[in-house]
Amino acid sequence: MKLDCPLCGARDIREFHYQGAASLADRPDPDAPEAQQVFLDYVYMRDNPAGENRELWFHAHGCGAWLVATRNVTTHEFLSVRLAAAREAAP
Amino acid sequence: MRYSGFQVFLNGLTGNRGWAPVWRDPAPKDHYDVIIIGGGGHGLATAYYLAREHGITNVAVLEKGTIGGGNVGRNTTVVRANYMLDGNVEFYSHSLKLWQNLSAELNYNVMLSRRGCILLAHSDGQLEALARRGNMNLMQGDGAELWDAATLRRHIPYLNFDDPRFPLKGGLMQWEAGTARHDAVAWGYARAADRLGVDLIQNCEVTGFRIERGRVTGVDTTRGHIGAGKVGMAVAGRSSQVAAMAGLRLPIESHVLQAFVTEGLKPVIDTVISFGMGHFYISQSDKGGLVFGGDIDGYNSYAQRGNLPIVEHVAEAGMALMPMIGRARMLRSWGGIMDMTMDGSPIIDRTPVEGLFFNGGWCYGGFKAVPGGGHVFAHLIATGNPHPVATKFRLDRFARGAVIDEEATGATPNLH
Ligand SMILES: Cc1cc2nc3c(=O)[nH]c(=O)nc-3n(C[C@H](O)[C@H](O)[C@H](O)COP(=O)(O)OP(=O)(O)OC[C@H]3O[C@@H](n4cnc5c(N)ncnc54)[C@H](O)[C@@H]3O)c2cc1C
Ligand SMILES: [Zn+2]
Repeated sequence: MKLDCPLCGARDIREFHYQGAASLADRPDPDAPEAQQVFLDYVYMRDNPAGENRELWFHAHGCGAWLVATRNVTTHEFLSVRLAAAREAAP
Repeated sequence: MRYSGFQVFLNGLTGNRGWAPVWRDPAPKDHYDVIIIGGGGHGLATAYYLAREHGITNVAVLEKGTIGGGNVGRNTTVVRANYMLDGNVEFYSHSLKLWQNLSAELNYNVMLSRRGCILLAHSDGQLEALARRGNMNLMQGDGAELWDAATLRRHIPYLNFDDPRFPLKGGLMQWEAGTARHDAVAWGYARAADRLGVDLIQNCEVTGFRIERGRVTGVDTTRGHIGAGKVGMAVAGRSSQVAAMAGLRLPIESHVLQAFVTEGLKPVIDTVISFGMGHFYISQSDKGGLVFGGDIDGYNSYAQRGNLPIVEHVAEAGMALMPMIGRARMLRSWGGIMDMTMDGSPIIDRTPVEGLFFNGGWCYGGFKAVPGGGHVFAHLIATGNPHPVATKFRLDRFARGAVIDEEATGATPNLH
């Protein structure tokens, strides 16, 4: 497997650490009235689809960037990848 | 037919023409008292104990493929009860006790081999942690023996004792642990359940649930609708998908675990060895192959095959621990999809849908749990209440903060 880091180019998967579901980057509002339930879902519950999964990867042995990738978990194929920091800017 | 040495002898003399298929191949009925989804170890054992312990025989096991084609036939067959935390300790102890007489009870040789299992320590601190774990096991009534380095060297002389990074300081031995023949466990439970009247229905994938006013009334399958009083899920690896059909979202990610076997060698490893530092564990099969494994690949997967970085990592860990295996040739490797929960421990519970029960989240350890898991799941389905040794495997433990996190790594399934 190779992951195409937007800063470094295509690199062996061993350079990256898997950091879980992409939803973990969207920390809920702790002051919201439903915060307890929302945080339970945020920390513990997962969609775990058998198809396209949105996930976080950390380029630990590379540039140190956090990436948001979409990957088909039945084939391991990466479908798209971008910098997590570019989240707001993306359309 | 009851299996016996005499039958083997007789059939040997008569050209082996006397053997019959081991279970029936019935067409699904319109309605069952209980439907179990998944014909793996847990589903089959559950059906058997429902019939055997609770007299509920109008039961079907629905399996999308063939009996025993899932993880029950893909694992590295380690059976042990040396866990440390409340919840796990009493459950795995219960399961190990059920293993004891399993072959006789099922009239099927599951080839349980109590060859012991040693967890290794690489520092004084680690050895002390193992001593604490051993005390937990003793308090539960399970075996535990703390070995210093000299004892370890006497029993297992071929380990790499003086590795500068991971020197061996001793270990924790459980003699009651060992291995069993995985396929035989599936086939033995299947045959025993079938003989008690359970319908084993293969090539029958569950595609949806019928739920009326919050109560499950049946399932839709590739072989039509089947009604049910109660439904139990035991689909390992596929739990999130099947539960989603009932509107449930689970604290589970699916990951792939690989295993490896070498060509057959002369007897050399007479126990199960577990090397915590590199996460590597190894035993030798009766055919002589060295059977070993390591960590999951580390990212969500439903591919049922792993990738090369883990192959390399496991091989390196093996070489670090026992350099003598370096010349053995690897014959095969394979992968299985496992439910990794957010605390690394299983879930056996009711669900918010009335009449629908859940067994899953087995992570690395669901094979040793097959007798226990089936036994307590049958109890839960039959009585509506958790079995006394499985009161902590609740679905709501995450909300209550009552997680059972043996690895103490938090909500990171790929690290458990
Ligand atoms: C490589 C590897 C090594 C392992 N080593 C060990 C070990 O040494 N010791 C140990 O204790 N554990 C080990 N495990 C874990 C253990 O194998 C599993 O936790 C356990 O087998 C899971 O329970 P099961 O047997 O019921 O699963 P399975 O055998 O996978 O049964 C689940 C069944 O459900 C069926 N199913 C899924 N979806 C549907 C549907 N919609 N409709 C109908 N049927 C469906 C599947 O086809 C499957 O047959 C290992 C696992 C792997 C992958
Ligand atoms: Zn990079």
